[in-house]
Amino acid sequence: MTSQSRSQDATPEIPRQSMEADIVCVGFGPAVAGFLTTLTRGLTGEDGMPVAESRVMPGMAPQIMCYERADDIGFGVSGVVTRGRAIRASFPDLDPAAIPLAHAVTSEKVAYLFDPLGASRRSRGLRAAEAAARRLPWHDKALAALELPWIPPFLRKEPGFVLSMGQFTQWVGGQIMGTGLAQVWPGTPVAAPLVEDGRVRGVRLADQGVNRKGEPEAGFMPGMDVTAALTVVGDGPVGPVGRAIDAALGLPAGRHQRDWALGMKAVVQLPEGCPLAPGTVVHTLGFPEPEIFGFLYVYPEGVASLGIFVPSWFDSPVRTAYRYLQHWMRHPYLWRWLEGGTLRSWGAKTLAEWGRHGEPFLAGDGYARIGECSGSTNVLTGSGVDEAWATGVLLGEGVLELLRQGREFTRENLEEVYVSRRRRSWVEQEARVAEKSRDGFQWGVIQGLVGMALTGLSGGSLNLSPAVKRPHERIPALERYCRGRIPDREVAELRAACRAEGRSLHDAVMDRMGWPQVEYDGKLLVSHQDALLLGGKVQAGPGYADHVRFKDHGLCAACTEQVCISACSGQAITANPEAGPPLFDREKCVHCGACLWNCSRPDPADPEAANVSFGAGSGGLHSNEN
Amino acid sequence: MSYHIVVCGSIVPDPLQTLEPVAGPGGPALKNEMMLPAVLDPWAAHALYEAANLAKAAPGSRVWLVSVGPKAKLQQVMMHVAQKVPFELVVMDGPAGGFVEAADTAAALAQAVEGIAGLEKDRLLLFGGWSSASRGTGATMQILGELLGVTEQFQGVDELRPADDGSFEVKERIEGGGYLRSRCAGAPAVLGWATGNLPEPPNNPQVGMQNMRLIMPALQKARPAAVGAAGVAYKAVELPGARRQTRIVKDAPVDDIAREIVEWIKG
Repeated sequence: MTSQSRSQDATPEIPRQSMEADIVCVGFGPAVAGFLTTLTRGLTGEDGMPVAESRVMPGMAPQIMCYERADDIGFGVSGVVTRGRAIRASFPDLDPAAIPLAHAVTSEKVAYLFDPLGASRRSRGLRAAEAAARRLPWHDKALAALELPWIPPFLRKEPGFVLSMGQFTQWVGGQIMGTGLAQVWPGTPVAAPLVEDGRVRGVRLADQGVNRKGEPEAGFMPGMDVTAALTVVGDGPVGPVGRAIDAALGLPAGRHQRDWALGMKAVVQLPEGCPLAPGTVVHTLGFPEPEIFGFLYVYPEGVASLGIFVPSWFDSPVRTAYRYLQHWMRHPYLWRWLEGGTLRSWGAKTLAEWGRHGEPFLAGDGYARIGECSGSTNVLTGSGVDEAWATGVLLGEGVLELLRQGREFTRENLEEVYVSRRRRSWVEQEARVAEKSRDGFQWGVIQGLVGMALTGLSGGSLNLSPAVKRPHERIPALERYCRGRIPDREVAELRAACRAEGRSLHDAVMDRMGWPQVEYDGKLLVSHQDALLLGGKVQAGPGYADHVRFKDHGLCAACTEQVCISACSGQAITANPEAGPPLFDREKCVHCGACLWNCSRPDPADPEAANVSFGAGSGGLHSNEN
Repeated sequence: MSYHIVVCGSIVPDPLQTLEPVAGPGGPALKNEMMLPAVLDPWAAHALYEAANLAKAAPGSRVWLVSVGPKAKLQQVMMHVAQKVPFELVVMDGPAGGFVEAADTAAALAQAVEGIAGLEKDRLLLFGGWSSASRGTGATMQILGELLGVTEQFQGVDELRPADDGSFEVKERIEGGGYLRSRCAGAPAVLGWATGNLPEPPNNPQVGMQNMRLIMPALQKARPAAVGAAGVAYKAVELPGARRQTRIVKDAPVDDIAREIVEWIKG
C-alpha cells in the first residue's frame, strides 16, 4: 500500500512516500462530518458485510481517511444557532441534552444598538434613521437599544437549537470513528491537492522538519502523497486545498469570492442571577460600528456563546475585531447581562459570506467540494452549519450509489449523483433566494438592510444588486478614513510612531477617534494576549513552515494601512520596525484566515487575490471550551 | 537484546486549560471534565517516545501502551498519538481525572499488564511518567512494580543506555538538581521517566495507519477498570494560586527574562 514516489510539482527532486486510500477527505468540519456519517452508515449492508470492496486493499471495506489540521477535532470555538433540519434528518432522535452545550431555541430577539459613546462612524442617512427610530415605542433610552417587535421569518431559527460546533463535531467524530470504517486524523495539515491533467488524484500532506521558510532541516520528513480515487474537499473558506483547486481549475464563469467576514467569538460564564434562559438567541446590529453585527446564544448552566462579525464591506482600515468585541460587550444592552461574567473560551474564524456567488465547480474528475468552501453558506438566513452538513449528506448518498454500482469517481458520475442531488435540495433552493441578498451592503448599511428585507420578503424576486467590489478595493487609505476627525499630518505622525515602537496603529487611531480605553476587569475584559491564554492555547507544532507569507515585500513596505495587522485575531502579525513586510509569529496564529482578505494591496499576479498567502499550517487555536 | 516495553499512560486535560475542581457524586472532579480537550499525559508521552526509540534500536522488541481512562476520550487522543510511534494499545475503561487513588490505578494497570498475551517478563521494561496518575507523588509506578514483582526501580529517568549484554545504564534526577547514574543488570525493571531527551516525533500517517489496525479493536475490547477513591476523604481540593500579568517583549535576552521572572515571583 505504500511506495516511494517523486512529486510532480515545484519540488520534483524530493522523494516522497505515498500511500493509497479509496477516499481521502480534507478537513473535519460539519460538511465532512455529515459526509462520513452518511457514508459509514451506508457502507455496511443488511448482512453486515461492506457494500463495496476497497480497491487499494482488496477484500476489505473501502479505506477512508480524513485529515484535519487542528490537533484534535472540534478545537475551534464556535457557537451556532441553527434550524438543524439536515442534522435532525441524520439524527431523528437527536436530543440536544446528549450533546454538551446544546439546547433548543426558546426565544429570539433582534436588537438595534445605538452608539452610547459617540465614537462610531454613522452616515447622515443612518443618523436620520436613528433619530426617527428613537421616537418608536420600542426604543429603550437607558439601554440605548431598540428591540424589533417582529423578526422576519427568514431570520427566525425556531424550532432549532443552539449548540457548540466543537462539542458537536467531537460527538459526531466519536461516532464515526467508532464504526471503524473511517479514520479521522487530526494534527495533519494537508498542503495541496495532487492535480494531474485536470484530475485530482489525492492530496499532499505538509512537510515536517522544515524551517519557517519551508527549507529542510534536521528531521526533515517530506509530506506524504495520499492518493485516492476520490478526494472530498471540505477544508472551509480559507483551506489551501480548495483554494488550490480553484487556482488550478478556475471558478465557473461569473462567480467570485469577494464577500467575507470575520467572526470573533467568546464563551462566557454568565454572572450569578443573569436572567437569560437557556435557548435565548439575541442578534444585534448598529454597534460598535453600523457594519458590525453581533450575536449571543445562551446554553444551559449559565453559559453563553457571543461575538461579532466584521465584514469585508466594512470600509475601514481599522478592523480590530478584538477591541470592537470588547466595546460591543460593554454596550448597556448587553453589559446588563454580562457584567461580572467570566471568559471561558475565545476564538475567531473567517466566514465565506460569498455563498452561492462564489460557488466553485462542485465536482470534477476525482474530487468533490462540500460545505462552506463549496458556497453552501446562506447569507440571508445567516446559516451555514446545517447547510454544510446537508451538502456532506448529499455527497455521501451519491458516493454510496457509485460504490454500490462499482462506478468511477469521474466528473460526469459525480455530477449525476451529487451535483444533481444538490441542485434539487433545499440548500440550493434557499441559496438561490439568498444569492444577492447582501449585495446592497456594497452601497451602505441602510441599503444593505433594505436589500436583505427585499430579498427575504420577496423570496429572492426583488434584490438590490450592485457590483461587488474586491475586498482590497473596499479598504480606503487611512487618511481618507480619518478625514474630518484626525488631520492628515497627525495620521502620518501616528503611523510613524507606531511603526517605530512596534505598536498597533489601529489602537492609536481608535483612541484618537474617541473610543475609550477598555478597562480590564481580569475576568471578561482582558488584554488581547490574555484572551489567547485564558481562552485557549495556540498549537503550533514544531517543524512546520510559516503558513502566512507576504508575497511582494515591496508592496508591504509601501503599505500605509496595515490592515493585516489590525485585523489579525491573535496579534500574530505585527508591525516591522525595520524595512520589510510585517512580522508573523506562528505561535500566536489562530488560523482565522483574516489576513487572506484583510489586505489593501492586490496580488500583482491576480487582482482577485491579496498580497498575503495563507497556506497549510499545523495546529491553530485550541479553544478551552469549543 | 530485545525488550518487551510496557508504557503506562493515560490522558490528562490539556496542560494549559483552566481547571475548576467541583464536588461530584463520587468525590472531587473537574468541571466539564469530559468536555475539556485532552492529551496524552506529557510525562507518559516522553516515556512512549523513549520506548519506541529503544525498541527501534533493539530489533525484536515490542511496545505496548497500557491506558486506564475513559475510552471515548482515549479514542480521540489516540488519533493524534498513534501517528507518532508504533505501539500496541491495551485499554481499561475508567476515570482518569486525577482524583483516583494511585493504588487503584496501579492495581488496574497490573491486571492489564498480566493479561497481555505474549509478554515475557524476563524482557519486561515498565515505562511510565515519573509522577503520573499519582498527583505528583510518583506512587503509581512504584506500586505497579511491586504488584508485578519488579524490584529494580528507577524514578525521574532522563536517559537509558542499553549495553550489548542486556544490562543498561540509567540516569535519574535526584535531589538538589543532581543526577545519579546506575547500572542495572537487565530486565525486568520499572523506569518512571522525567522528560527524557527526545523531541516529539513528527506525525507519520503510515505509523498511524499501522497502529490503528490494533487500536480500534483494543478500544472495543476495553474492560471496565475498578478504580476510584473509595475509602478516601478529600478534605479540600483547590488549585494553586495564579497571578497573571501579560507583557509582550520581543527579542529579550534569556537572562533578562529569567531575572525578571524571579523578581516577579518574589513580588
